[in-house]
Amino acid sequence: MGQTNSYRRALLLLALAALSCNARAEWNNPYPAAEEGKNILYTAFRERPKHLDPARAYSSNEYDFIAQIYEPPFQYHYLKRPYALAPLTAVALPRPAYLDTQSRRLPPDAPPAAVAYSVYEIRIRPGIYYQPHPAFARDAAGKLLYHALDERALAGKYAIADFPRTGTRELVAADYVYQIKRLAHPKLHSPILSVMGEYIVGMKDYAATLTRAYADVAGGREDGVYLDLARYPLAGAEAVDRYTYRVKIRGVYPQIRYWMAMPFFAPMPPEAERFFSQPGMQARNLTLDWYPVGTGAYMLTVNDPNRRMVLERNPNYHDEFYPRAGEPADAGRGLLADAGKRLPLIDKVVFSREKEGIPYWNKFLQGYYDRSAVLTESFDQAVRLTGSGDTDVTESMKQKGIRLLTSVAASTYYLGFNMLDPVVGGYGERARKLRQAVSIAIDYEEQISIFRNGRGIAAQGPLPPGIFGYEDGCAGSNPHVYDCVRGVPRRKPIEFARRLLSEAGYPDGRDARTGAPLTLYFETAATGPEEKARLDWMRKQLQKLNVQLEVRATDYNRFQEKMRKGDAQLFEWGWNADYPDPENFLFLLYGPNRKVGADGENAANYDNPEFNRLFERMKNMENGPERLAIIRRMLDVARRDAPWAWGVHPKLFTLEHAWVLNAKPNNMANNTLKYLRLEPAPRARDRAAWNRPVLWPVAAVLLLLAAGAAPAVIAYRRRERTVRR
Amino acid sequence: MIAYIVRRLLHAVPILVGVNLITFALFFFVNSPDDMARIHLGVKRVTPEAIAKWKEDRGFNRPLFYNAAAAGADKVADTIFFRHSVRLFAGDFGRSEDGRDIRREIFQRMWPSVAIALPTFAVGILVYITFAMLLAFFRGTYLDAWGVVACVGMMSVSTLFYVIGGQYLVSKLWHLVPISGYDAGGLHALKFLALPVIVGVVSGVGSSTRLYRSFFLEEIGKDYVRTARAKGLSEPRVLFRHVLGNALIPILTGVVVVIPLLFVGSLIMESFFGIPGLGSYTIDAITSQDFFVVRAMVFLGAVLYIVGLILTDISYSLADPRVRLE
Repeated sequence: MGQTNSYRRALLLLALAALSCNARAEWNNPYPAAEEGKNILYTAFRERPKHLDPARAYSSNEYDFIAQIYEPPFQYHYLKRPYALAPLTAVALPRPAYLDTQSRRLPPDAPPAAVAYSVYEIRIRPGIYYQPHPAFARDAAGKLLYHALDERALAGKYAIADFPRTGTRELVAADYVYQIKRLAHPKLHSPILSVMGEYIVGMKDYAATLTRAYADVAGGREDGVYLDLARYPLAGAEAVDRYTYRVKIRGVYPQIRYWMAMPFFAPMPPEAERFFSQPGMQARNLTLDWYPVGTGAYMLTVNDPNRRMVLERNPNYHDEFYPRAGEPADAGRGLLADAGKRLPLIDKVVFSREKEGIPYWNKFLQGYYDRSAVLTESFDQAVRLTGSGDTDVTESMKQKGIRLLTSVAASTYYLGFNMLDPVVGGYGERARKLRQAVSIAIDYEEQISIFRNGRGIAAQGPLPPGIFGYEDGCAGSNPHVYDCVRGVPRRKPIEFARRLLSEAGYPDGRDARTGAPLTLYFETAATGPEEKARLDWMRKQLQKLNVQLEVRATDYNRFQEKMRKGDAQLFEWGWNADYPDPENFLFLLYGPNRKVGADGENAANYDNPEFNRLFERMKNMENGPERLAIIRRMLDVARRDAPWAWGVHPKLFTLEHAWVLNAKPNNMANNTLKYLRLEPAPRARDRAAWNRPVLWPVAAVLLLLAAGAAPAVIAYRRRERTVRR
Repeated sequence: MIAYIVRRLLHAVPILVGVNLITFALFFFVNSPDDMARIHLGVKRVTPEAIAKWKEDRGFNRPLFYNAAAAGADKVADTIFFRHSVRLFAGDFGRSEDGRDIRREIFQRMWPSVAIALPTFAVGILVYITFAMLLAFFRGTYLDAWGVVACVGMMSVSTLFYVIGGQYLVSKLWHLVPISGYDAGGLHALKFLALPVIVGVVSGVGSSTRLYRSFFLEEIGKDYVRTARAKGLSEPRVLFRHVLGNALIPILTGVVVVIPLLFVGSLIMESFFGIPGLGSYTIDAITSQDFFVVRAMVFLGAVLYIVGLILTDISYSLADPRVRLE
């Protein structure tokens, strides 16, 4: 008996010792212990990327990955504002050479009408190498090792890591030309083919040529088809020498340089495409769309978008250094502390998939994610409004050293009027006043405060801050909706809107001719229950004018169909900038770009000849006073016509822990991970402090179970005794 | 028994054709191929030519069920339904919209689902039967009454509450396990499984315990139990030896049928705990309107359900010698 007791005591002591030992470690740490203290950034993604092929990818959740891997010739300067292009793999930003219809050179100041072609000659830096990849592996004789694989050779190979040998090769200009050709590949469905078909010389015909060529090469096969694009020249893209290539554009289109800063124009080594086009590769899910091959600062080493994506430092990454200059305030914010240091500054980035907001937010608070967006459900916990109307983190966030980064997105969310509609559309005074009255009545400042927690600014026109042509304060305000009161734009009083409505022929919200109450129809793709309050709020805005608003919420497909057919009256939509040029917003109101009939992006079908004429002049100009004057005029015309109630430019809020350094919001650049720096030691310390396991509840639960079981045991024994007697 | 199983398998063919037809019809009545193209090509700069090319690439430029322009058998065969359905029966699920082989994806994602579902199922059955036996043993006492009240209370609460509550208490407040995530293999994986399994078991305690208790009580009132007691058997022996065995048949009805479905995972649990299983695969496919994946998952679910029903029948004959499968 005594021996049994001593065993029990020993076991108890052992258990206590184990518990006390473990109590020092973080039990809830989701990462392997081997990663402790390493220079690894942990972050999350919610939506899995669909495409990682730079010819196909076009969404921000895809760019989060491929922009770190693929390198177009240009990039956006990380620190400078307004957004400025800078060379990435290119030696310098090219200036276009203008040619006339006979391909004779024109002076740089030639009028756009005289320019038939613009030629961009881009020279890339020598000595840039691709990431290690089996597509480049060669045997001793210099033959590509994995380019003639059969079923036997592919046995057991289901990931790139299953190929033991890798190789690399120098980046050459022909790789850029190859990628431009890929935009027309019939199987890739590049989303910018139609745009580029308008500008890159020969692109439209090239797409047709490739479609025919592909059908010939494939001969009905679906797997193992490789179309050698080198055999099909494209007039608008050619390699001049090993490090130089030319892109020939129809007319003048300065925005092409912005496109060339996107992954669509990143280099693609033909070896990679040939490697992945071998028979049996696709059946093993080995595709170029899944395994990117680039020259960028990082390479994708784990691609499991259902769980985790891992980017690791590319060991072949070329020389690139942290910028030495930025905005005047950057040095004070510590953003130049790493000036001149070789990039990237972080060894590895682990993206974990978090579909739900609650685990995502809590892991950030526990220190297991280094950065987080501010989720709606945790906004109050994270952010507070200061007395001056600014935003800051709450005290509890401050105590954890969490910082808030804010920026206005290069986006706009607007309420549009269908200009083809008989009630709200048209260019007469009656309809214009009706639209202006509605624009005044919808109090976007209130909407931002109630539904966006202050995350946005009321738009004064289509241009968001940061885009050339945007002007702050009264100078940039919409005089048809705002008054300038002591230097600050103030929304006009509702009485003014009522007066406009009356002048439009709807006194007190009734048609003066028929006496019928005015009912407007509002199309939206916002169908979730969380949107109900906002849609009710919209109704209330028009009730201020005694106008009825009937909300017609449908799914996005139906909504788009209605817009294409022009079956809407009022609608809400948005636009995210492709590049920081006013053309990318003002074209949303350009007549020939209308939705109905032309299938363009001008959903309001606004078609004002004066605006169109000004747009055509403005779109090809360099930024400068002359361009600004034209943009001001365009904004005046559009504001008076009010095809949109200008809506909101959203603000982006990001939270980051104190151990993340060098973060500066940049809404144009996507390849920003290489600039970030981490301090793993403070992170390890804080994680340990914030995540000590609390063990008493375990003991309490066990006790509770024991206490619950005790009456049952007692009752059972009593019953058994009774039965025995 | 073999003849019976073969017959049931043959019956399954028209059922699967029907399931496939309904899935197809529902999907294409809600989404036209044009809608699908727009979703997959993105919302910006999508031209009618790009849509036409996308549809042609996938064979969505054909009529849905009947091709009047075709000749002979092609009137039926050269349609979207026929071309995309026949291969299903050969186990060829095709490719998802992102170009991935669906069969391989299913095979990969089945295991995380099983890793959660199997322990939840096994532990759950043990716990529920134990609790139900306990309540049956103390039938008519305060313990039984309060137990039933607790069960009703627990089954009235949404699973989501258990998930969020479990994450809040166990992970956020007590820091005992990661709040979400998944790791394949090794001891490190266990800490990701603990919370979803506990939550899965606890969320089922109310309904299952109450149901099994009623099965046990029904058996307890029968003559053979009275006879067993009269012969002087102890109450635990009566319960475990006789009542449990006979109550197994109704329990098997509910239990065996779900065994094959353990492979297809749980939509809520996988979503909240970040488990990359088939449940989350299905949700992703629905969200992104990936017809090929949705169809494959519905088909797989139907096949597994049929398998589950056949297994249930077989288990009857094993549990009760009076049942003959003919």
